Amino acid sequence: MGKLRLRFAKEGRAVYISHLDLLRTFQRVFLREGLVVRHSQGFHPHPILSFALPLSVGQSSICELLDFEVEEALDGQGMAEALNRYMPEGIRALECYVPVRPVRELAKLSCEVDFLYDAGVPDNAGEQIAELLARESVMIQKRTKRKTLADIDIRPLLHSLKVTEEPGFLRLNAVVSAQNPGMNPALLAAAVERHAPTLKADFVRVRRLETLDESGGIFR
Amino acid sequence: MDKRLERILPQVQKPARYVGGEYNEVHKDPKNVEVRFAFCFPDTYEIGMSNLGYRILYGVLNEMPGVWCQRAFAPWPDMEAEMRSAQIPLCALESGEPIGDFDIVGFSIGYEMAYTAVLNMLDLGGIPLRAEKRPSLTPLVIAGGTAMYNAEPIADFIDLALIGEGEELLPELVNLLRRAKKENWSKPQFLRSAAQTEGVYVPSLYDVAYKEDGTIQSITPQDGAPSKVYKRVVHDMDKSYFPAKTIVPSTEIVHDRVTLELFRGCIRGCRFCQAGYVYRPVRCRSKEQLVQQGEEALRDSGYQEVTLSSLSTSDYPELTALCDGLEKYCSQNHVNLSLPSLRADNFSMELMQRLQKGRKAGLTFAPEAGTQRLRDAINKNVTEEDLTNSLRTAFSGGWSAVKLYFMLGLPTETDEDVLGIAEIANHAVHTWREYASNKNRGLRLTVSTSWFVPKPFTAFQWEAQIPLEEYERRVKLLREAMTAKAVTYNWHDGDTSFIEAVLARGDRRIGKVLEAVSRKGSCLDAWSDYFDLNRWLEAFSECGLDPAFYASRQREKDEILPWSVISCFVSDEYLWRQRELAYQSKATPDCRTACSGCGANVVEGGECYHG
Ligand code: SF4
Repeated sequence: MGKLRLRFAKEGRAVYISHLDLLRTFQRVFLREGLVVRHSQGFHPHPILSFALPLSVGQSSICELLDFEVEEALDGQGMAEALNRYMPEGIRALECYVPVRPVRELAKLSCEVDFLYDAGVPDNAGEQIAELLARESVMIQKRTKRKTLADIDIRPLLHSLKVTEEPGFLRLNAVVSAQNPGMNPALLAAAVERHAPTLKADFVRVRRLETLDESGGIFR
Repeated sequence: MDKRLERILPQVQKPARYVGGEYNEVHKDPKNVEVRFAFCFPDTYEIGMSNLGYRILYGVLNEMPGVWCQRAFAPWPDMEAEMRSAQIPLCALESGEPIGDFDIVGFSIGYEMAYTAVLNMLDLGGIPLRAEKRPSLTPLVIAGGTAMYNAEPIADFIDLALIGEGEELLPELVNLLRRAKKENWSKPQFLRSAAQTEGVYVPSLYDVAYKEDGTIQSITPQDGAPSKVYKRVVHDMDKSYFPAKTIVPSTEIVHDRVTLELFRGCIRGCRFCQAGYVYRPVRCRSKEQLVQQGEEALRDSGYQEVTLSSLSTSDYPELTALCDGLEKYCSQNHVNLSLPSLRADNFSMELMQRLQKGRKAGLTFAPEAGTQRLRDAINKNVTEEDLTNSLRTAFSGGWSAVKLYFMLGLPTETDEDVLGIAEIANHAVHTWREYASNKNRGLRLTVSTSWFVPKPFTAFQWEAQIPLEEYERRVKLLREAMTAKAVTYNWHDGDTSFIEAVLARGDRRIGKVLEAVSRKGSCLDAWSDYFDLNRWLEAFSECGLDPAFYASRQREKDEILPWSVISCFVSDEYLWRQRELAYQSKATPDCRTACSGCGANVVEGGECYHG
């Protein structure tokens, strides 16, 4: 019996697959490959699969992590290639290995948030947004589990930010907290909308790039 | 992916159903594609992808070199609103191209209530609704599926209908179009030629004249079109295509599992059942092949459930052996084997018990009518004793949720028959009290009644549907008689069944009503949330037509029925004889016991059952 960790990308048309559907998709991908994943005990046994950080529908990523246990002792060699024969379009296994570090050490995420402006990027938008997000505190409203609105400060969860202007869009490269608590990078857009409504983008694309540990090193 | 689509998807529910890209989706190099086929299902993705026939034909077409079949489904109204406001046409999932750019736009129509979705999808695709407004050869709009045994209500909108099973017919038609494109045929030239293909019905080649009383005077074929269009059937099921490698949706659909088709047709001959007549005769797949196909499909898909599907699964001659064959693979691989549409007989129940280990899902039985007399009249050969025995087995075996289905308004039904339904329910409660192995869980007995809709090509094709007020009176009568606390009584909303009865036996004059109701916003009438009777009634009165003429009128034996050009090989004389037997409450033996001479044997060259 062995633990394995699969690193995979979720892009293109696959970004619309929800968390629950992704779970089902992987169960089936493993079965197609003939990989026997350990099941839970009890009346309705189900394979034990655990995604490190659930990804919001609509966001893409090239650094997702999935932990699971297999009945045989495997080191994951060749597994990514094997699984890729059975994936829906847009999901791509990148590597599979025996995990050394626990998921709780995954502290930060590097990501890319594109602000698209149909009529061109407004003048000085880049500087203004960078300035705004560099303030001491950046309050936004967020819906809580009880469906009420609460004010939260996202500034402590934002560790670095670089804004570059491209034709038609601004690219925000950010490092944000991954968990306990984590920050959904889409909140950067919410912050801009609240504090600089004229700079609100027509569309926002979010992409996860890399998983990092507390000190900013790559987490695997 | 289309940038405009990307913008609207975050606004809609379940966006995964609008993007495709699933495992086993078929892609082809457009350079090598000569015929592009947009295969449209006039309902949601979740319903369409659950349809085995749809999957079969997707596979059949994509096996053809030079042909690329792609999928399109009806968007949910939230998506439709976003598409319309962003001016995004309905596109196929595979390539993202608008369906209007395809060579063939083909609809799979199983059910009359889908007609408004057909019109809406054409409209969303930017395709003119009326066939006469589409002078060029492509896009050619075609339709198949069980509802096409009476294609008249949508005759004005489609270029042609395919009658019967499509596995062989559809490729023939596609090849004909391929040739027509190469040789630059005009559309009329193509349609004339298509009409010579067995199973192809080209409505525009038939002139319909009406009498003063609104019934049909004559139907006259033009340009050499045949006076009868016979359905197509697959003769050898073992040689027919099975989609062992099929699309596995990335989002949950209604029937999310492997479906094996044991046989086509049904030996029973229930007199109300259109499928039971039009799919005759019975043709089985061998159990060896089914086991092999089941294993292949399970392995390829990664599904963990397989279901054995057919009109009456327990009539499969070697069902036990088949289950034994599948069980080995299933139990080794944690696969659940399930049997739908149970007959209330001992054999089925024993099998059910064997298969259902652990979780006991609900059981469903369909006695259809409340007394033996009426069951004989409709030829539903299930006795009360059968039902009681099955329930006894079920309750003592640990089942506690049972659903019973009935119809109200069947021909010859009296109040006694209606009250018989309540008696059966009470009886079931007693059986549970006496035999339940675990009473702590309590009994959940659901009785559902629907309002009988007479369908073409059945023994009841001439019958009037009972009036709405009468249906409601019978519902009330039954509701008041249903006293047991453990029983939940559900009845179908009468409004939908009334319109269904109109459309099922409608003629081509209904086309303008469909157009009008569609303009008023009808798009998904199969979904009760989006069905509005008043909208329909308004449309009828604007078009000067009376829906009761279609739903509530008794037809004479010699009336020319709107679908009389079509034949499923079962003769009208036979259906009329069955109708007379119904009025005498006399049952007809099933096809395996004795042939009753329906006419479908010509399909098999003489005899349906050998040896
Ligand atoms: S010809 Fe006879 S056996 Fe064949 S389907 Fe008809 S009634 Fe049944």
